[in-house]
Amino acid sequence: MATDSSNYQEEVLGQADVMLGPGQTFESIDRDITDIVLTNKPPKAWWIGLGIAGALMGVLMLSVVMLLFFGVGIWGINSPVGWGIAIVNMVWWIGIGHAGTLISAILFLFRQDWRTSINRFAEAMTLFAVSAAGLFPVLHLGRPWMVYWFFPYPNTLGMYPQFRSPLMWDVFAISAYATISALFWYIGMVPDLATMRDRAKLKIQKIIYGIFAVGWRGSATHWHRYEVAYLLFAGLATPLVVSVHSIVALDFAASVIPGWHTTIFPPYFVAGAVFSGFAMVLTLTIPLRKIYHLEHFITLRHIDNMSKIMLANGLIVFYGYLNEVFFGWYSAHEFEMYMIWNRMTGPYAWSFWALIFCNGVVPQLLWMRRIRRNTIAIFCIAIVINIGMWLERFVIVVTSLHRDFLPSSWGMYTPTGWDWALYAGSAGFFFFAMFLFLRWVPMISIFEVKEVVHKMEHKH
Amino acid sequence: MSQVFGPWANTVAKLSIVLGVFFVAGSLALLDTVTRSSYVRYTGIARAQPIPFSHLHHANMGIDCRYCHTTVEEQAFANIPPTKVCMDCHSMVWSDSPMLAPVIESWETGEPIQWTRVHDMPDFVYFDHSAHVNKGIGCATCHGRVDQMPLVWKEQPLYMKWCLECHREPEQFIRPREEIFNMAYEMPENQLELGKQLVEEYDVKTHNHRLMDCWICHR
Repeated sequence: MATDSSNYQEEVLGQADVMLGPGQTFESIDRDITDIVLTNKPPKAWWIGLGIAGALMGVLMLSVVMLLFFGVGIWGINSPVGWGIAIVNMVWWIGIGHAGTLISAILFLFRQDWRTSINRFAEAMTLFAVSAAGLFPVLHLGRPWMVYWFFPYPNTLGMYPQFRSPLMWDVFAISAYATISALFWYIGMVPDLATMRDRAKLKIQKIIYGIFAVGWRGSATHWHRYEVAYLLFAGLATPLVVSVHSIVALDFAASVIPGWHTTIFPPYFVAGAVFSGFAMVLTLTIPLRKIYHLEHFITLRHIDNMSKIMLANGLIVFYGYLNEVFFGWYSAHEFEMYMIWNRMTGPYAWSFWALIFCNGVVPQLLWMRRIRRNTIAIFCIAIVINIGMWLERFVIVVTSLHRDFLPSSWGMYTPTGWDWALYAGSAGFFFFAMFLFLRWVPMISIFEVKEVVHKMEHKH
Repeated sequence: MSQVFGPWANTVAKLSIVLGVFFVAGSLALLDTVTRSSYVRYTGIARAQPIPFSHLHHANMGIDCRYCHTTVEEQAFANIPPTKVCMDCHSMVWSDSPMLAPVIESWETGEPIQWTRVHDMPDFVYFDHSAHVNKGIGCATCHGRVDQMPLVWKEQPLYMKWCLECHREPEQFIRPREEIFNMAYEMPENQLELGKQLVEEYDVKTHNHRLMDCWICHR
């Protein structure tokens, strides 16, 4: 598959560094992207994927119902490890979301034109990843039906939430992030929804896309307002790329647990988030371009650029690991030193060394241009990084907690079947939503790709 | 193909924004109103009892609260009197009345009367009558004018905010100890001044009695 697309790139397109295959006209772009939704039958892989994701959605339902019925006791959490893989999963998913916002907002502000082919579905990924992430802290509450207590509203308790707690900031950070991501995604889609409306054959399609296109006629006034709104949203979303995961990091860093109480956490979490986010974008992109024959829209240049960003962030994350070890030793603090030593040699040492392998060693392959242009290799590396970033949160959450200050309260944590079922279920939700997205809306930004065509024509 | 939506759709779109805001705001306001309503809180609703016992009637005859609610000054629970207490009088007075038949039956069989509880705190709340009564909180402050209720109803909603209003500033509601059982007591003009003095005197707020701490009620 990879060799196929490499050959396609090299032989058919003739050059390796294009942002877009040759011979694209406005008409062909419209047709290629809208036909996927409007006329083509979904490929077999879509049905298989939707079926698997749907089955996992069933697992999600079951594990949520079991949790509501029996309580968090069905999970492996207990003293001293009160934050099990539910929190690991939450941080993992929210991190994944960051790539979408980075691609859509920061790369937009930096005028990186290559983002146009991937921003739409990267943002969709953000939206679904944030939703999947939101499941976990809520279900972790013990009494999830009291979740509205998170919000400061005039209530009969006469109580407000504790504003000094980072957990409280988290509520605002994540809900603001979800809102901005959803609006940004939708606003950026309006002109394309109008294209969909205009190209739709069936009346029902015309009506539905028409409603969501909110009367877009493509007049100069519309475009002007659109450009202003999109720029403002990019400006709003940019700080969120940094703030959301910083605040997630503060959930840990503001505590006094050795292994959590570290000033490096916010930047190191943000880099980790972007790292895992790009790994997930690549995990999705590579099969997607193959199955939907989008090699002329998502070229090896895109894969290459994303791999470079992944490498850069991977190095920052690895620097974070080295720093943690160094400061554990440099602190000369009994508990800090023990924590680091325990991570490397204790009962969870396997997770630490697996993490170093996945996030420290494997990404070094990305230095090689040959690897960055081999889609199979990149796909495998991206999967390894996804696993590595999950392990990172596991190491942070579990190994820091399982050795308390007093040896008398030491303990071990083993996730139960229901822990894993909820995790698998959240993945089911994520992929189910992704598959529906592919089916219902144009997965590539039509008008932004047209802008690229326009620019390319004028360059020549 | 012609467009499905004409210019009229613009009006609908604009209207939907306004209506959407009203819908969301209205739903939240409705929810809040329902939560605080007497329908949910049972305030002001006289509850049916197995025997139509009238606090109004008995209090007006001069019977002290403590004649029946014997433990209110010593214990957390103020006590619901056993049938024996009723029979102190009713073995001689109105003993043939059909209204009192359940009391006589209870007396003969030894089966207690199943009263309907009017003031029921949730199990996660630790409430102690003796602490309140001995620190200058009168019966009527929370229970209202029970001496004027034929059948008892809940005067106050008993939600946490209501508890905290007094725990935050007990000087607003405190009264002299000798006035606790005086149902007709009215706060003096200088309540705040007197209140502060009483709070001090009854040792309500000093360092070991931090009324706003969680554990004061949730132990």
